[in-house]
Amino acid sequence: MTETIHAGGPAATHSAVEAGGTFEPVIIGFTCNWCSYRAADLAGTSRMKYPPNVRLIRLMCSGRLDPSFVLAAFAEGADAVMVSGCWPGECHYMEQNYKMLRRFLLLRRVIVAMGIEPTRLQLLWASAAEGQRFAKEVGRIVEEVRAIGPLGWNDAGRDVPADVRRDFSALEREEAAAIAAEAASPPEAPPHVIPALSEPGITAEVTA
Amino acid sequence: MTAPMPLPGELDLSVGPLPDGVDSLSDTRVATPADGAERIGVYVCHCGSNIAATVDVEAVRDWAAEKLGARGVVVARDYQFMCASTGQELIQKDIEELGLTRVVVAACSPHMHEKTFRTACDKAGLNPFLCELVSIREQVSWVHTDRAAATAKAKAVIAGGVLRVVEDAPLEPLHVPIHPATLVVGGGIAGISAALEIADAGYPVHLVEREPSIGGHMAQFDKTFPTLDCSACILTPKMVTAGSHENITLHTWSEVTDVKGYVGNFTVTIKHKARFIVEDLCTGCGICVEKCPKKVVDEVYEAGLGYRKVVYTPFPQAVPKYPVIDALNCTFFDNGKCKACEKFCPTGAIDFTQKDEEVTVEVGNIILATGFELFDSRRIEQYGYGRLPNVFTSLEFERMSNAAGPTNGRLVLRDGVTEPKAVGIIHCVGSRDRNYNSYCSAICCMQSLKFAHLVREHTDATVYEFYIDIRAPGKAFDEFYQRVLEEGTLFVRGRVAEVTDAVRFPDEAAEDGRLIVQVEDTLANSQRRIPVDMVVLSAGLEPPHDAKETARLFGISCSSDGWVIERHPKLDPVATMTDGVFAAGCALGPRDIPTSVSNGAAASARILGRIQKGEMELEPVRASVDESRCSGCRICNDLCPYNAIVFHDDRMVTEVNAALCQGCGTCIAACPAGAISGTGFSDAQIFSQIEGLLMVTSSGRMRSDEVQEAVTA
Repeated sequence: MTETIHAGGPAATHSAVEAGGTFEPVIIGFTCNWCSYRAADLAGTSRMKYPPNVRLIRLMCSGRLDPSFVLAAFAEGADAVMVSGCWPGECHYMEQNYKMLRRFLLLRRVIVAMGIEPTRLQLLWASAAEGQRFAKEVGRIVEEVRAIGPLGWNDAGRDVPADVRRDFSALEREEAAAIAAEAASPPEAPPHVIPALSEPGITAEVTA
Repeated sequence: MTAPMPLPGELDLSVGPLPDGVDSLSDTRVATPADGAERIGVYVCHCGSNIAATVDVEAVRDWAAEKLGARGVVVARDYQFMCASTGQELIQKDIEELGLTRVVVAACSPHMHEKTFRTACDKAGLNPFLCELVSIREQVSWVHTDRAAATAKAKAVIAGGVLRVVEDAPLEPLHVPIHPATLVVGGGIAGISAALEIADAGYPVHLVEREPSIGGHMAQFDKTFPTLDCSACILTPKMVTAGSHENITLHTWSEVTDVKGYVGNFTVTIKHKARFIVEDLCTGCGICVEKCPKKVVDEVYEAGLGYRKVVYTPFPQAVPKYPVIDALNCTFFDNGKCKACEKFCPTGAIDFTQKDEEVTVEVGNIILATGFELFDSRRIEQYGYGRLPNVFTSLEFERMSNAAGPTNGRLVLRDGVTEPKAVGIIHCVGSRDRNYNSYCSAICCMQSLKFAHLVREHTDATVYEFYIDIRAPGKAFDEFYQRVLEEGTLFVRGRVAEVTDAVRFPDEAAEDGRLIVQVEDTLANSQRRIPVDMVVLSAGLEPPHDAKETARLFGISCSSDGWVIERHPKLDPVATMTDGVFAAGCALGPRDIPTSVSNGAAASARILGRIQKGEMELEPVRASVDESRCSGCRICNDLCPYNAIVFHDDRMVTEVNAALCQGCGTCIAACPAGAISGTGFSDAQIFSQIEGLLMVTSSGRMRSDEVQEAVTA
């Protein structure tokens, strides 16, 4: 999928793009305490380099991952979410990463249904010994997300200061008034616009 | 939790006398605290230049004071080394003088110093669980190079910590009793040492060994480097002491099949494989072994060089003394005939009907001393092991040079009579080789030097050492190397390409069966073909073939090679990630005998401390159910691998048993009613951390500021 979906309002938070720089995605990474967080630690102690776009949250186990954490991250402005745990069969809590995996697969279908590219929700298995793999895979994920651009869910969202937040209540009031007015006196039906015939393969442009 | 101190009307920027070693606090930024709100202190560590070189710590500090003031930050400081006592005193002073109610330290990984800072807070009267350590070293300064981007990420990480810490709840650690018994898995020198330390201190030990006798690999060796002590002479007394110790229960010819429980309270199932010998009746006289008519090649103890009877003790000094009947090879188990051993046994101790038995023991702690296996030299075909008869492995050489071994200590070719005139010893077989194992097996250099010395001692042969580097870092190791050099051993630096019996040039006056070692002599810068009679492959060490299963059984993690991962490679080298499970000896990686012995002693010292205390504190990361919100749907019931979740049929609600709960949180995430909450990692904590992490954009500015600019623009 190459098409970029802008799900939010004004794409304001990605000023770097507007300034002509490269888009730097912000990615939230959920790691488990035992394998993947330690892989990240190992990447650090081994001084491996990877892009600074991923911000980690440590859980005790990937099984702790509540799907709403992922949705919250998208809602707060994350461009992607990385979920990371021990390899199947190596879970510190025996088998809880399998339970995460079930939720993960379901959740990915849900976000796709919401219009979010599956690239924005990635899974990474990493053992405590795989600092190198962790660094490499984070690099890959960042590049993939960079390629599809910002998500921008948060741009009209809760972090907008109250005084500049778009007053949706006013809009709603206007809308409600309009509906009421319409009900009182139905306006004339607008003239039906017939689209101009176009050559095959070229989409007709409809102007209101 | 300490009550917030009433603050003076005008906040004083000076914080009284400075701790020793702190010259100035010009870097202090104090914001005005909001009424009744939490008072959070943020501490940004330089870690020398480890963090400060990549992250602009002063800018981060100022930013935290300015932008997070509204979130409750009342003081933000930076300091050279937060973990130093002076750094900790800074925090303690602020807790006491500024009435901090929460602390965020931005420094190294929580796995490094979380405990340090929690303890510091505790000493100052702040509940230790109201302190968050966020990592800006392992996950920021060490992995990123762009200073601006690293500084931006550090701000985001701190914002995550500040928002999260507000949701932290004051917790009390859980206390669990420690069962005084200890399980030691593996009866090699590391396991024996560990078992003896604990048993001598007066506490019971269960020592489990897979083979019929304890002793491990050390029992197979002839001499030990560099002192050339006789291996059996120093090991046998230890084995005997372990075998007869009143506090040690030996479980030889046994394997651990199940481990349940948690630190202090493990329930371990041990399978005693059938020996077909009644131990209570057997006197160890050895008549059965003598009378057994069938011999098989001894692949384990004699490394395939010698034979043993079908009813056998692996070696004369075996502990315990009871033999084992090898049912796979026994004539009786094959066709129901023979029973020679039974006929001749003076005490009637033979019992062909014996079955495998399982016993269950309760222990408080576990030491894994599962050792190593020798790299299979057949995998390197060009060295000819298994194809060329006079290529030997290091273990075969050990057995051959042992006076009690199959050749009575004579060094001979595979024909059993000819003494070699030239011997080539190849180092790093299967080690330091990315085709096999990239690690150094640590002991092979010294072992190969010992072989050279033994060849010179037993024969007049010329000895070649084919090495890459000589690694002799131990005590008296290099002196031993010099000694072997002076004895006239010839050293050729270069990795051997091939061992062959094929003559390539007419002047290679190869006699029948003579071997040619093809090697690039990197010091002489030439290819050489060196004829020898015998080649010894100094094979590397590998984890036991079932190391991964062992790790799974005990709930610990292994490196990709299969060695046990330490809790910390330098500061906690014998503990594993799983509390109550320790490791010693080659289970942790290739190492020599003194290191294995000290590992065993170190692990037992750790355990003895716990046993004597009688109980230990556990992190109170546990799940609990709010019964008023539980609908009794039972979705969580099947999710717990520890059976910590119980359902009360009468009340139709679920409950989590805190003693069994390990705190993974899977049930919390699964509960559709939000009735399960987890201490330490609650929903509120994680949602707040998400919010905090995303408050800062990739350019390091507040997301809200950028939005405001865009909207007003």
